[in-house]
Amino acid sequence: MMIRVTLPSHLRKLARVDGEVKLDVEGQVTQRAVLDALEARYPMLRGTIRDQVTQKRRAFVRFFACQEDLSHESPDAPLPDAVATGAEPLMIVGAIAGG
Amino acid sequence: MSGVRILVGTRKGAFVLASDGKRDRWDISGPHFAGWEIYHLKGSPADPNRLYTSQSSGWFGQIIQRSDDGGKTWHQPGTPPGEPTTTPEGMPKAESNKFVYDTSPETGKPLTTHQWYDGTPHPWEFKRVWHLEPSLTDPDTVYAGVEDAALFRSIDGGQTWQELAGLRGHGSGDKWAPGAGGMCLHTILLDPSNHERMFTAISSAGAFRTDDAGKTWQPINRGLHSLYIPDPTAEVGHCVHRIAMHRSRPDVLFMQKHWDVMRSDDAGESWHEISGNLPTDFGFAIDVHAHEPETIYVVPIKSDAEHFPLDGKLRVYRSRSGGNEWEALTKGLPQSDCYVNVLRDAMAVDSLDKCGVYFGTTGGQVYASADAGDSWAPIVRDLPAVVSVEVQTLA
Repeated sequence: MMIRVTLPSHLRKLARVDGEVKLDVEGQVTQRAVLDALEARYPMLRGTIRDQVTQKRRAFVRFFACQEDLSHESPDAPLPDAVATGAEPLMIVGAIAGG
Repeated sequence: MSGVRILVGTRKGAFVLASDGKRDRWDISGPHFAGWEIYHLKGSPADPNRLYTSQSSGWFGQIIQRSDDGGKTWHQPGTPPGEPTTTPEGMPKAESNKFVYDTSPETGKPLTTHQWYDGTPHPWEFKRVWHLEPSLTDPDTVYAGVEDAALFRSIDGGQTWQELAGLRGHGSGDKWAPGAGGMCLHTILLDPSNHERMFTAISSAGAFRTDDAGKTWQPINRGLHSLYIPDPTAEVGHCVHRIAMHRSRPDVLFMQKHWDVMRSDDAGESWHEISGNLPTDFGFAIDVHAHEPETIYVVPIKSDAEHFPLDGKLRVYRSRSGGNEWEALTKGLPQSDCYVNVLRDAMAVDSLDKCGVYFGTTGGQVYASADAGDSWAPIVRDLPAVVSVEVQTLA
């Protein structure tokens, strides 16, 4: 399944990509499966979205899709169908903090 | 033709300032890693084209960058694209931005907490690399001082990192507590005459020394006196801001402590105060002249509550007698309405003749003196807040 992912600008620069990333994800499309595929394609992103050891989402990184905040969903929960079919992107967002 | 390359870390990227040996015209490149905090970047003494950079962000964590061409291009050494990111057993591969504390009984000791600000136990949490210290002889070996305080080493050019766990595990680690800037290992000094000996300093735990290449460590804080801790002469708990040495005399150490400028003549076994006639002995940066081991520089800061120069006058103080007698160096520096800070890693010297001295400010200026501090001029005035300044003297 071809999944679309958007990255915050700092991570796009780190991964040296422009615009959306398209990833081939096999099996059930979950946060973990998408992040595994993302990090396999762009190993320079390991540790920037989720902790290297605990695999927990970094505190100031959030996941959105289809107008919903998925940040607190289980990493193994299926993502919305629109993400799984590639109709909508999974948005990885750096929280607005500091102000 | 000799030259100088200044490596500047700022709150929003890295900059490289380059000049020939005259040091009066500068080429400026950057920002590299724009938008990221660059706590430190430093070149290998064994290969000046090999540079290491600590790139970090409160959002996205810690990245190590490496250049093999003097800063023209950069890469993350542990993350070659296209290679599997897991071992055949499915375990994540160690990578250049992976710093994992060693809690094994064999090496580190299962140390899991240190003291929090209120004295309660707090788990050790990796946050960032404050300081990178390349080996004096091997470009692929580099040390990293990190927050929460620990010392890591890479022997493969920054691809993977292993903790030298004997430092945290030597006995006092559970009593260390953070300073206002966090609990960071910010100073790493390698003894050029004894490759088994190394010094580190931690805010706010104090100074430590190893004599066996990092396997075992001892606190070296005798003589320090810190009124802000319950036992002012405790073995650990002192907020050491910076230590400097001259490579010809590695047993002589100079320290800028939270308050007090200190000196040791016996590799840290004992310290005595050399603040002398300084107008205030609070500060962060300290360094030693490249050719005169008794000539040292500090930038006095008003107080721990007011992190700016006294009376709005930016003054470097120089002692040519190893301390106690200090002269203010003001020519070319702002002498009114100046309220910037100079952070602990933001001063460095070159080894040309005459010795060049450089420092960066939280106001974004990098000042240079090509005459050992007698006169100063800004190389740049409007960078983001400067966190670190390192100098490479190029043949």
